[in-house]
Amino acid sequence: MEKAKKRQFGIIATIVLAAVIVLGLMWATATAKQNEAHQDTLARVEKLGRIVWGVKADTKLFGLMNTKTGKPEGFDIDIAKALTVQISKQTGVPMSAEFVPVSASSKMQLIKNTNIDGSVSTMTITPEREKIIDFTNQYFDAGQSILVKKDSGINSVKDMNDSKYTIIVVVGTTAATEIAKFAPKAKVLAVQDYATGMQALKSGQGQAMSTDNAILYGFATENPDYHIAGGTFTHGPYGIAFDNNQKPMIREANKALAKIKENGVYNQLVKKWFSDVPGLDWHSLEAK
Amino acid sequence: MALLQNNFPTFMQGFGYTLLSSLIALVGSMILGTAFAIMQIVPKKWVRKVGNVYVQVFRNIPLLIITFFFFLVVSKYVKMSGFMSGTIALMLYTSAFIAETVRAGILSIDGGQMEGARANGLSFAQAMQYIILPQAFRVALPSLGNQFINLVKNSSILAFVGGLDLMYQGNMIAANTFETFSTYIIVGILYLIITLPLSYYMQHLERKLKHAA
Amino acid sequence: MVTLGIFSAFTPQNVMYLLGGLGITVGVSIISVILSLIFGSVVGIIQFERLPYFSKFVGTINNVIRNLPLLLIIFFVYFALPKIGIHLPIFWATVVAMSTFESAMLAEIVRGGLESIDIGQFEGARANGLSNMQTMIYIILPQAYKKMIPPIISQLISLVKDTSLAMGIVLAEMTYRSQIIYAQNSTYIIPVLVAITLVYFVLNYGLSLIARWADHKLA
Repeated sequence: MEKAKKRQFGIIATIVLAAVIVLGLMWATATAKQNEAHQDTLARVEKLGRIVWGVKADTKLFGLMNTKTGKPEGFDIDIAKALTVQISKQTGVPMSAEFVPVSASSKMQLIKNTNIDGSVSTMTITPEREKIIDFTNQYFDAGQSILVKKDSGINSVKDMNDSKYTIIVVVGTTAATEIAKFAPKAKVLAVQDYATGMQALKSGQGQAMSTDNAILYGFATENPDYHIAGGTFTHGPYGIAFDNNQKPMIREANKALAKIKENGVYNQLVKKWFSDVPGLDWHSLEAK
Repeated sequence: MALLQNNFPTFMQGFGYTLLSSLIALVGSMILGTAFAIMQIVPKKWVRKVGNVYVQVFRNIPLLIITFFFFLVVSKYVKMSGFMSGTIALMLYTSAFIAETVRAGILSIDGGQMEGARANGLSFAQAMQYIILPQAFRVALPSLGNQFINLVKNSSILAFVGGLDLMYQGNMIAANTFETFSTYIIVGILYLIITLPLSYYMQHLERKLKHAA
Repeated sequence: MVTLGIFSAFTPQNVMYLLGGLGITVGVSIISVILSLIFGSVVGIIQFERLPYFSKFVGTINNVIRNLPLLLIIFFVYFALPKIGIHLPIFWATVVAMSTFESAMLAEIVRGGLESIDIGQFEGARANGLSNMQTMIYIILPQAYKKMIPPIISQLISLVKDTSLAMGIVLAEMTYRSQIIYAQNSTYIIPVLVAITLVYFVLNYGLSLIARWADHKLA
């Protein structure tokens, strides 16, 4: 190409590319606005005939990947399945349940991004979260505890209020923000997931791991050298989460939840998953 | 902007830890890398083998696994924080690449120089130190610079092990505020503040060296 | 304890599960390699051509992407892009993030490769009546690619290693799956980490042998 021709081409190409980028950004902001006035979750799942649930894959008892089937298994998964069946009955639209593994740090984003329709993933109902997403009524009663080595001499979270201690938490959990209120002097180490957290505790990266008692029971079952010290110090029941302003979906889910509690399905699941946990009074978890 | 204002100390802490980790890993991997580069060219065969195995192993496995290994396994026996584990892993990983770069630099120096120096009564180590290495580093400078840029980028691995770096703090802020878009843009700009000027300088150096050659 | 872990960690189902993860690792790598070779070449050629303004413009964008951590790009694509309405499933989010990053890296290699070709060849080809495009496709690119094969393969090795970063967004690739396995029982951690290290090593060392072979063959 001659110099002048090349220059002309360069200018035109730059203008075109710049225009594409500017238009792309405008389009992006426009869709972002549109997405704020988002779709109705119930309408979406009815249309597609499936509910995509975000569940845990690294949490014993609630959601742990079964490597044989490649599917997560646990109390949360069974609850989600029971709810899907019940919601299908209520709406008269047959729906299947699909599961997407989420981490503690990603679950909120995935709901907002509608990668998943709802989340049954050991998620505590908090006022901060309720500003951003919607919760059903509670489906499991939990509270924050600490897991420590049996011979550590630590008897409660109060003992840990010292800068020589490090408490391990998982990014994005309520425990990560709450722990500072109960042991403000202790150092906090946030990791990406529970499996890494437990490994980190065992290798001495911290003296305690803090999260909900229900999750810690799973780890205590598997690691007999460790126990839960001092019971729960917060009250944070779990809810099933959907995107915000999803009143129809929340209504159906609450109705379904009440129904499975009433017809005994819920209690069967409690028995299935929690009756073998040492040190846990599983009858206290049953629906009255 | 409010996001940046509200979380300014957190972003800055992350920025600081990223810089600190990168600098420690840089110094460490330069020393280790040079040592392994020399090991690969000494006359003794078994020393060459050891150097070669080290370089091949660390070049071919993911940094994330090395980091997890230090954070979860080694720390059972030797106390180390997430920051430390990540930085050590980063250092070992990068040293393999630096070894390759320095080795290429040494090999580009005319073999006659070594012979000449030896003939003048210098030992292998002395010849290396005073004659060969200074020239090799000059030749290798642009690629060493690129390795440093990679190192800064790779330090984001600390986020997986609670290493307090920029990526870790960014994730925490994103998880707390749900402002993912702006948070990650700010984190990106902070990384670019370190890497972009370096990158342009290296491109400039490369061009200068090419013209000199 | 450790020996016990070795035997019980590798039950057939755990091994199959890990191998499934390897499949995803390889799948992400292959798709990303193809996409980034295409885009990387285009961007590299644009930079080499020195079209006024346009090349500078593209070059700047390329430099910005190249100098960001891949982990950040992965998080950005998966967590931030949906805010503006771009929803991608985990697998494709990883592919997009990796391809974007690797294209930028490859563009730099392609540009360097092209610049190392003797300018006289261009003039010669043009004098023989070939158009600019023809010269590029038939004369310059084949030579440049020969020179670029070793750096491209080492970039490919980085790509395979970097897929492990996608565990940050819960892509069920090999590293994530290893973590699921040691979540079953923590004595499994050493055997499982060693096993996946070996798999990555064999994969990447194999690639680097190909690079060396290609280097000899073509040099």
